[in-house]
Amino acid sequence: MFVARSIAADHKDLIHDVSYDFHGRRMATCSSDQSVKVWDKSENGEWHCTASWKTHSGSVWRVTWAHPEFGQVLASCSFDRTAAVWEEIVGESNDKQRGLSHWIKRTTLVDSRTSVTDVKFAPKHMGLMLTTCSADGVVRIYEAPDVMNLSQWSLQHEISCKLSCSCISWNPSSSRAHPPMFAVGSDDSNVTYGGKVQIYEYNENTRKYSKAETLMTVTDAVHDIAFAPNLGRSFHVLAIATKDVRIFKLVPMRKESTSTGPTKLEVQIVAQFDNHNSQVWRVSWNITSTLLASSGDDGCVRLWKANYMDNWKCTGILKGDGSPLTGSSGQPTAMSTVVGSSVQTSQSTLNGIKKCQTLC
Amino acid sequence: MEELQQVAASVLVLQVSILLAIELIWNLCEVLFIDAAPAGSLLLHLLDWVRLHKADVDEKAREVLQSESPAEHRDYWDVVVSYVLQGRLEEARQMLVKQAALQPAARSMYKLIDTLLSRMPFYNPGGNQTLTEFDVKWRHWHDEVNRCLQDNSFASNRHLEIICKILAGDEDTLLEHKELLSTWYHFLVTRLLFSHPTVKPTELHYYAQSCLTMFLDSRSVPEPLDNILLAAFEFDIHQVIKDCSIALNNWWFVAHLTDLLDHCKLLQSHNLHFGSNLREFLLLEYASGLFTHHSLWQLAVDYFDHCPEFGHVYLELQIERVPLDTERKALKVLRICDQRQMSEQVRSICKIMAMRALRNNRLGSALSWSIRAKDAAFATLISERFLQDYCTRGTFSDLDLIDNLGPAMLLSDRLTFLGKYREFHKLYGEKRFGEAAKLLLSLMTAKIAPRSFWMTLLTDALPLLEQKEVIFSADQTHELMFCLEELTSCLNASALGSPKTSQDEDIELTKVELLRLSLARNLAMAIIKEGTVEA
Repeated sequence: MFVARSIAADHKDLIHDVSYDFHGRRMATCSSDQSVKVWDKSENGEWHCTASWKTHSGSVWRVTWAHPEFGQVLASCSFDRTAAVWEEIVGESNDKQRGLSHWIKRTTLVDSRTSVTDVKFAPKHMGLMLTTCSADGVVRIYEAPDVMNLSQWSLQHEISCKLSCSCISWNPSSSRAHPPMFAVGSDDSNVTYGGKVQIYEYNENTRKYSKAETLMTVTDAVHDIAFAPNLGRSFHVLAIATKDVRIFKLVPMRKESTSTGPTKLEVQIVAQFDNHNSQVWRVSWNITSTLLASSGDDGCVRLWKANYMDNWKCTGILKGDGSPLTGSSGQPTAMSTVVGSSVQTSQSTLNGIKKCQTLC
Repeated sequence: MEELQQVAASVLVLQVSILLAIELIWNLCEVLFIDAAPAGSLLLHLLDWVRLHKADVDEKAREVLQSESPAEHRDYWDVVVSYVLQGRLEEARQMLVKQAALQPAARSMYKLIDTLLSRMPFYNPGGNQTLTEFDVKWRHWHDEVNRCLQDNSFASNRHLEIICKILAGDEDTLLEHKELLSTWYHFLVTRLLFSHPTVKPTELHYYAQSCLTMFLDSRSVPEPLDNILLAAFEFDIHQVIKDCSIALNNWWFVAHLTDLLDHCKLLQSHNLHFGSNLREFLLLEYASGLFTHHSLWQLAVDYFDHCPEFGHVYLELQIERVPLDTERKALKVLRICDQRQMSEQVRSICKIMAMRALRNNRLGSALSWSIRAKDAAFATLISERFLQDYCTRGTFSDLDLIDNLGPAMLLSDRLTFLGKYREFHKLYGEKRFGEAAKLLLSLMTAKIAPRSFWMTLLTDALPLLEQKEVIFSADQTHELMFCLEELTSCLNASALGSPKTSQDEDIELTKVELLRLSLARNLAMAIIKEGTVEA
């Protein structure tokens, strides 16, 4: 059972991304109007825009929050070939009374020669690290050695993926058994290089990232990719938004003590859903990886859940305007919810719908 | 406003009906699965179950009895029949006495019905009678009832005839009283009571299915509740859980029911090796839902504690997402993490709070949080800020905190220095100059103080040097001078690198000269004092 709330975002153009902060109380939106807006949830559950400013000289594709251990920090990336890091400054008292805050730019990352398509912070146990991927197929990993000084970032790795990149996702696992790993998706129309998803892993010996696996069965353009929270499992789960929704299981194979290359991964497809019947643009996991949300060109958000037998099924469909689809599974009959009604916010565009971490 | 109240009222009514339905299901599951009554007792339990969930009979009876002439009340016969349908024969007899009093002419009929009612055997599980013996006795009584019907003993009194037919277990008569029965499961139990009281658990579902079919109109469809009850009568636990999961929109009921059944080892006995996983799965779902609530999340913690496989990791993931609105809430979360040795979560939460405090320039709060996080680097950073603050403003903020650091002081060198430096100020304030002097010196010689701060410390030493009484001994003064020389040689070296305004340089030079002078004077006085023989 869902309660949908609509927020008039007041962006002057398409909204491309929506991102919740770690606690689900703040939200950032970015748009083709070149600006980023930050929203705060008040005690009564209303969302208020507390900041709105021009961030780039082109469409802003993605926006993402750093872990609150590093303060209130945002990163954005844009068609203007740059990515930027922003920090919130605690304002004057009269600003606070009006409910406004200021964000200032700490750094601009200008290494890319083409549009920067995604920006993501690495898991916090790796320090303050930022990753970008560009349309020219290069993934860049930056690090801020002093977390109190956000204007100093050094480029640590530059990885060429050979295919135009559209999205990245870090494996959130902090287990010692898992070296740092990220996945890159590509929307390249090139058919020579078959697999459109590549997995890279950090090698302690070479101190570099090397390709561990290419998912050869994903041959269509990939629009979004998301590792699921790990839950202490030995294997990894990856969701992919392409012409349909796909969930993969990546099982690390036992490594021989002499091998120095990346872990060999066995790739298994767990589920594949074409219910959207069109391009799927976003996939997003909940906190415990028990629920996956997807959004597609059919204007719907779908929720996917596995039962205790590990069979995945659709448990809810929402139209872009927040209304439920009639006849969708999970509709209440005689009984309705007593505790635990969830809140899903919907926006003025279809592509940028993201799962709120508080929805379970 | 009225509309809102109406909406609220209807929501409440709906929730009450859900609660009643849940109670109904729960009690039936208790009877069938947990008590697992055998034939004989089974019917008695089911009778209790029906009586428990049909309260309106007593209300009506009260109304009738409180009226002036109960036997003439329009609901009188409804009450009597309802009592009979529920097997409450004693109460039916008492009601009939009132009617009998009004109709002396029909005395023999009333006597007869009273006899039939009083003689109906009820199985006594604790007694000596076996089920077979009871069955024989019951059939005997049943035959007697049938004889009365065939003899047309009650032909002249429609009501008594109906009662007799009910006692005989006549289905058509029972179905004529659908309104009084109101539910098919009442019909089921009543039917069993008067036709097959020794029903075995395994036979229940035949009767249940047929009763449901008979009771419902040809047009109406079974509701989800009906299907759930039917699945229970079929002893299909899994189906019950599944149907409840679909019909209800939150996991509260199924999670607790499955947990109970699992503890009674009933899930395993149904040959499901994933029995315990099902329980954990549902509990995890329920508890995860609780975590979204602003105050119920604390309950969820207990649920996770009782999920052996995934409870801990779920808790780790969920608890770090609890919004830390206030310090009090943060402390609550921390206590939960501390109790479960979730040290990484403790560190993370303290770091988040420390960062937030620092951003808002609440240095004291930031410091105490970073001490709690055992974050040496951050503690160093905040101590630097404190010291910078002191240099610019001449006073310390958050004195309470710094004074009461205790062993936490040792977390970082800078923090230790801050604590000790504040101690120096306290000693000075208390005019314990000797101790203050010793402390000041040790801060420099033991290298606790950062080099950048030495000038400030030496400047602090000035008033001690200028006192009438000699405080620093000759040796101590020598050491001070040594420190000064070290400092000036360092400064000279660094001065070449960093351009200073001539004004700054002047100030520096003046300070150094003042110090040299004071030190020299002090040295002289100290030598004299130490060389003097006390008279």
